[in-house]
Amino acid sequence: MLEFISRMLGRESASSKTVAKERLRLVLVHDRASISPAMLNKLREDLVKVISNYMEIDEAALEFNLCQDDREVALVANIPVVKMKRDYATKGLAE
Amino acid sequence: MGEVIVVTSGKGGVGKTTTSANIGTGLASNGHKVVLVDTDIGLRNLDVVLGLENRIVYDLVDVTSGNCRLKQALIKDKRFPNLFLLPAAQTKDKTAVNPEQMKTLAEELKAEFDYAIIDCPAGIEQGFRNAIAGADRAVVVCTPEVSAVRDADRIIGLLEAAELRNPKLIINRLRPDMVKRGDMMDISDILDILAIELIGVVPEDESIVVSTNRGEPAVMDMGSKAGEAYRRITKRIEGEDIPLMNLEVPKGIMDRLKRLIGLR
Repeated sequence: MLEFISRMLGRESASSKTVAKERLRLVLVHDRASISPAMLNKLREDLVKVISNYMEIDEAALEFNLCQDDREVALVANIPVVKMKRDYATKGLAE
Repeated sequence: MGEVIVVTSGKGGVGKTTTSANIGTGLASNGHKVVLVDTDIGLRNLDVVLGLENRIVYDLVDVTSGNCRLKQALIKDKRFPNLFLLPAAQTKDKTAVNPEQMKTLAEELKAEFDYAIIDCPAGIEQGFRNAIAGADRAVVVCTPEVSAVRDADRIIGLLEAAELRNPKLIINRLRPDMVKRGDMMDISDILDILAIELIGVVPEDESIVVSTNRGEPAVMDMGSKAGEAYRRITKRIEGEDIPLMNLEVPKGIMDRLKRLIGLR
C-alpha cells in the first residue's frame, strides 16, 4: 500500500537500475566464489573428517550444496548423524 | 619498445571492435606508430570497421604459421601514415593460433610499433587466451547492462589470474537520459561492482553507426560525442590525466519550469 502511495506521488520505490545493481551484486557473489565441483568435493571431505571426530555420520545420505535464493548464497549441508561418539569426551580430556 | 594493449569484454556486442578501431586510430593520429590486430579468427570485423576490407592479402594465421612475413600481412591505412592492420583469418577457427605463437608475435610487434592494439573475440575460450597471451595491459569494455557487467567481472578475474594486473574499464554506450531517470546503472554503480580503474565513458551515439557504415572511425569526427570520448580515452592511454567527458543531459524547458516553481 505504501509502495502504491509513493508510486502515486511519483516516487518510484525501486528504479530499474537499483534492481539491476542488486541482482548483479548477488549473482557476482556466486560467480566470484567460483566453486568448482572439485573444490566443493574437497570441502565436503574435509567437513566429513572434522565432524567424524565428534559423531558418526551417514556419509551416503549426506547432502551438500551451494544454494542461492534471491537474497543470499548459502552453503547448505544436511548431515544425518548415526550416533554420537562416546570416546570424544575422553579424547577431549587427553588433549 | 612498444606496448601491447588487449581490448576485451567477455560479452559480445558491447563494442570491442569499435573501441579498438577508435583507440588505434586516435593513437595513430596523435603521431604514434600503431598496429591493430584482429584476433577474432573466423569472424573478422576490424577490417570493415576501419574500411580496409578490400586490401587483405595475408592474415594473422599466415603470419603465425610462417606462410608469410609480418610485413607482408600488415595493411597500411592510407589515411594515417602510422596506422596498420593485421587482419584475422576468416576461413579458419580459433585453434589455428596458440598463445605461444601470439607471445612471439607480440614481441615482434613491440619491436616495430609504439602500440599494438589487440581486438579480442567474445568469450573466454582459446580466442581469449590467444588475445591476452602477449599483452602488457588490458582494457575491459562494458555496457551498463547486467549481462555485460557480469561478464566483465568474470573477465577481470581471468585477466588477473593470467597476471594481467590493473585492467582499465571503458563504459560504452551510456545513455545519460536513462541514467537520469534511474533506468540505467550509472558510472559509480558499475565502478562499485567491478572495482577497477575507469579510463573512459562513451555515450550511446548514432554517429558510431554512421562512421561504421562508412568505415571511418568516429574518433576523427570532431562533431561526434562518442568521438570526443574516444579522443579523451586515447590521451589517457598515452598517460595524460584529463577529465572524463561531461555527459549531463541538456535541460529542457519543462525542467527549467519545474525548477522555477520548486518541483525539483
